[in-house]
Amino acid sequence: MSLSIFALTGAALVGIGIYGLLAQAHLLRRVIAFNLIGSGLFLFLGAAGSRGIGIDPIPQALIITGIVVALSASALAVTLVVALARATGRATLPDEETPR
Amino acid sequence: MTANLPVLILLSSLLPAIITFFIPQDGHALRNSLNLGGAVLKLGLIIWMLFAIADGTVYEASFALAPGLVILLRVDALALLFISLSGTLWFLTTIYAIAYFGGKPELSRFFGFFSLCVASTTGLALSGSLISFFIFFELLTLSTWPLVAHKQDKPSLAAARTYLAYALPGSATLLVAIIWLESSTGPVLFTEPPDLSELDPVSLRAIFCLFIIGVGVKAAIVPLHGWLPSAMAAPAPVSSLLHAVAVVKAGAFGVVRVIYDVYGAENMASLGLSMPLAGIASVTILWGSVRALQQGEIKKRLAYSTVSQVSYIVLGAALASPLAMIGGLVHLIHQGLMKITLFFCAGIFDERAGVKRIDGLNGLGARMPWTSVCFSLGALGMIGLPPLAGFVSKFYLGLGALEAGAPWVLAVLAASTLLNAAYFLPLLYRLWILPAAADASGDERAPGLVVPTVITAAATIGVGLLAASPISPLGWARLIVTQGYGP
Amino acid sequence: MTPMIALLTLPLLAALATIALPRRARAAAAGIGAGATLLAAIWVAVVVWRTGPMDLMLGGWQPPVGIGLRADGLSVALGVMTALVMSAAVLAARFEHATTGPGPRIAFGIWPLILLLWAALNAVFVSRDLFNLYVGLELISLSAVALVAISGKAQAVAAGLRYLLFALTGSLLYLAGVVLTYSAHGMLDIDLLAARTPVPTDALALGLMTAGLLAKTALFPFHVWLPPAHAAAPAPASALLSALVPKASLLILVRLWFEAMPDMATAASLLTLGGLGALAVVWGGVLALVQARLKLIVAYSTVAQLGYVFLAFPLAGGAGAAQPWSAGAWTGAMFQILSHGLAKASMFLTAGIFIAAVGSDRLGDLRGLARALPMTGFAFALSAITLMGLPPSGGFTAKYLMMTSAFAADQRGWAAVLVGGGLLAAAYLYRPMAALFSADIPAAPRAVPRRWQAVPLWLAALAVGLGLMSAAPFDLLQIGRPDIAAEGL
Repeated sequence: MSLSIFALTGAALVGIGIYGLLAQAHLLRRVIAFNLIGSGLFLFLGAAGSRGIGIDPIPQALIITGIVVALSASALAVTLVVALARATGRATLPDEETPR
Repeated sequence: MTANLPVLILLSSLLPAIITFFIPQDGHALRNSLNLGGAVLKLGLIIWMLFAIADGTVYEASFALAPGLVILLRVDALALLFISLSGTLWFLTTIYAIAYFGGKPELSRFFGFFSLCVASTTGLALSGSLISFFIFFELLTLSTWPLVAHKQDKPSLAAARTYLAYALPGSATLLVAIIWLESSTGPVLFTEPPDLSELDPVSLRAIFCLFIIGVGVKAAIVPLHGWLPSAMAAPAPVSSLLHAVAVVKAGAFGVVRVIYDVYGAENMASLGLSMPLAGIASVTILWGSVRALQQGEIKKRLAYSTVSQVSYIVLGAALASPLAMIGGLVHLIHQGLMKITLFFCAGIFDERAGVKRIDGLNGLGARMPWTSVCFSLGALGMIGLPPLAGFVSKFYLGLGALEAGAPWVLAVLAASTLLNAAYFLPLLYRLWILPAAADASGDERAPGLVVPTVITAAATIGVGLLAASPISPLGWARLIVTQGYGP
Repeated sequence: MTPMIALLTLPLLAALATIALPRRARAAAAGIGAGATLLAAIWVAVVVWRTGPMDLMLGGWQPPVGIGLRADGLSVALGVMTALVMSAAVLAARFEHATTGPGPRIAFGIWPLILLLWAALNAVFVSRDLFNLYVGLELISLSAVALVAISGKAQAVAAGLRYLLFALTGSLLYLAGVVLTYSAHGMLDIDLLAARTPVPTDALALGLMTAGLLAKTALFPFHVWLPPAHAAAPAPASALLSALVPKASLLILVRLWFEAMPDMATAASLLTLGGLGALAVVWGGVLALVQARLKLIVAYSTVAQLGYVFLAFPLAGGAGAAQPWSAGAWTGAMFQILSHGLAKASMFLTAGIFIAAVGSDRLGDLRGLARALPMTGFAFALSAITLMGLPPSGGFTAKYLMMTSAFAADQRGWAAVLVGGGLLAAAYLYRPMAALFSADIPAAPRAVPRRWQAVPLWLAALAVGLGLMSAAPFDLLQIGRPDIAAEGL
């Protein structure tokens, strides 16, 4: 019962994250959307890990590792967003495909 | 030694090529001696091999790349025929080129690629399997591109682009043909004819067409010949090499290999491919001659003449009767000797008298007698005047056509002879009869240019006069056909 | 075991050293680290060549609890190729900095980023655990994005961000697949997964992972991020981004399909992968044909060249008379990965030299440069030969092996892609070649030292040598090759 709540919440987070990724042009919002998707996936993984008999420790190890990775990715992303905002005054991607 | 000799022959032009790239522009002595040394060494090795092979020694060397990809160098009689031609003419062309370029820029690049081109031709001649033939065929394409583009002016670069635009799709077609065939027969060695029974006749015909298109681009078979006249933008030694030894000959040699050593003359005939190919060759012979007639530039006229003449080789191979084969094979040599003489002369006219167009030839005979005599010999040989080289080839081709039951070929030969006369005789008329223009100049004070020309011109008489001797090209071609491909 | 540990830790140590040491010693530390890692990579390769695949269980824990590492023929071949390209890039970066004087950000940042990227690549090459591969992929993406944006120019930052968005999307898709796999099977080791009992969600999991990896490999139609990103980075970094970074996700794809879940392959999925590869070959080639800048041409060429590798999915297992041993398509694809890596790195490094000489990589500004920089022009021509797949280069070996499989498996349509792609490559590489070799005299190019020019020449020669000496790498790739590569998916 409680497990499926975790799994469902995870799925909902992923859904919100994907919506944010597609609908939001502001880069900071997109970074947050990535974090939401990641958290949703980790929640799902945690739920999957505590099925069956006893508690499987591996997902927890994976989740902790994953959070560290996600944090560094977010840090880099935010740095780049700030750099872009400083350089262009906007926090959205210019829309041209290739610089010529 | 038996394994090393083919490799040594290949290295005798490959190593000078690689070293030459690193010689600074002003290192004339080193560069010239390296290139001449390589050429002499190669000639020596070829002569040695000629004697040894008469004793029945087999020379073979192989070098394994990935499985299925084996570079096999093997000397058979056909390879020897081609390699003797390229070895001899390379030596003469090197002398000519050294004199022709003198102190012009970018010589190390030129001679590097020049030697590389000869190395590829040598490898191609010595190839004992289809895939090694292809590898050298492609190397030849790559090494001739910088030669065609050598002057780096607009026409040269355009010509070089045209050359690649024809040659690369051509070799891609050849690769498809090889892989298609080998995927059901296994790697094809020229010594053992592949077992074609796995493939149905339709596929076999399709593969044959792909083969002919692939090598036909280099052999300048109509309508794949467009690159050859535009490649005239290249310097004269390059044109000589392209037309007489390397590229065009590689294509013709490829046709011979495909017909005799891959398909076999009988299979080709039973698949009904023989006459269509002979037909295409005939069209090429006539079309090339007609186009040659319309050209006002000497080199362009010679180029279209090559288109026409090389297809004699294809015609001989396609007719596949023993005498026609002999005629085609011997023309591989004879056309090389005559055409290189003509191009050498065209280069001398251009370099020493500034004459590029036909109307500039008026009265040059008196001013430049050696060159003009050589040019006349080459031209008369091409027309097929006995006892010059071209007569021997045409004679055998004609006999072979009758033997193969294709008398219409005689009409083609006759028409082509008339056309040859029509586009060469006016040149001779201008050289010897018409008076020179008032401001004409020109001299022959360039022994490096004239001597090789005289030698090749003498050879065109020699191979005709001595045709009956067993060591003449004709004798050798007879040997190849009776030993290897005779019915 | 020791050589593998050295391979994984040496670049990390060197990365730390380049941060901690005083400014003047950093470049030297990077050079020493690169040399040491190159030696380690060769060491691993020699051991694998002699004794077969090498296994290492981290901390002595066996999978499924622990993480297994294995160096097989494919890993070490990629490891050596990576080491060669990395060392060349480090050398080129040093020469470039000595000539052009980069800003403090590049001078400081490029060494640790390159070395971190190297460590992450090595980790991906030997890892057998799907989650560990995820971490490796993320590390690669993060250092690669930082390399793209390192100049700090607005355009570069934007390209980096676009790349980051694609990379993160790809990572999350891959992660979702990993999570699904774990929840279904409770294990993530590739060898254990090969023996699993298939469940219905496997298809979804494999699909998610594949989609994510395709985005990271920049397969058509996920390629839009690649050209601006690769063109924006400094040349030595572009070399790494184009030659090495996509190969990591490509390797995982190959391992997933051929080793972990070969049973999931269906005719439709293989056709899709091969078809996308074919489209990449054509579309990448066409776009490369219309670019006006050398770096963009080379970058679009990467899109096209990576497409070839995907033809191995439908083609694997075709055995014909010319190729009775039948892992031809798979081996050919791996040859393509290796030779493209060497040739593409060489090409980006030559672009760097041209930029250093004339300050631009527009084709119009490169006219006649081959006269001033003959070695570089020659290197460009040699790598072009490899990319066109002409003999005797490594690219030709790849093409030959794959084409033979195509005919043997009676799937001739793929052969047309190989031939057409080669001609297209000839067309788009001809334009820069013609510009370089034209007779125009460039306006006084800056002198470039010969030893810098020698770096891409060496790489290009290696790419050609890969074809000339293809027997040894061929045999190396067969060590620990999955059987399914010979049987077909």
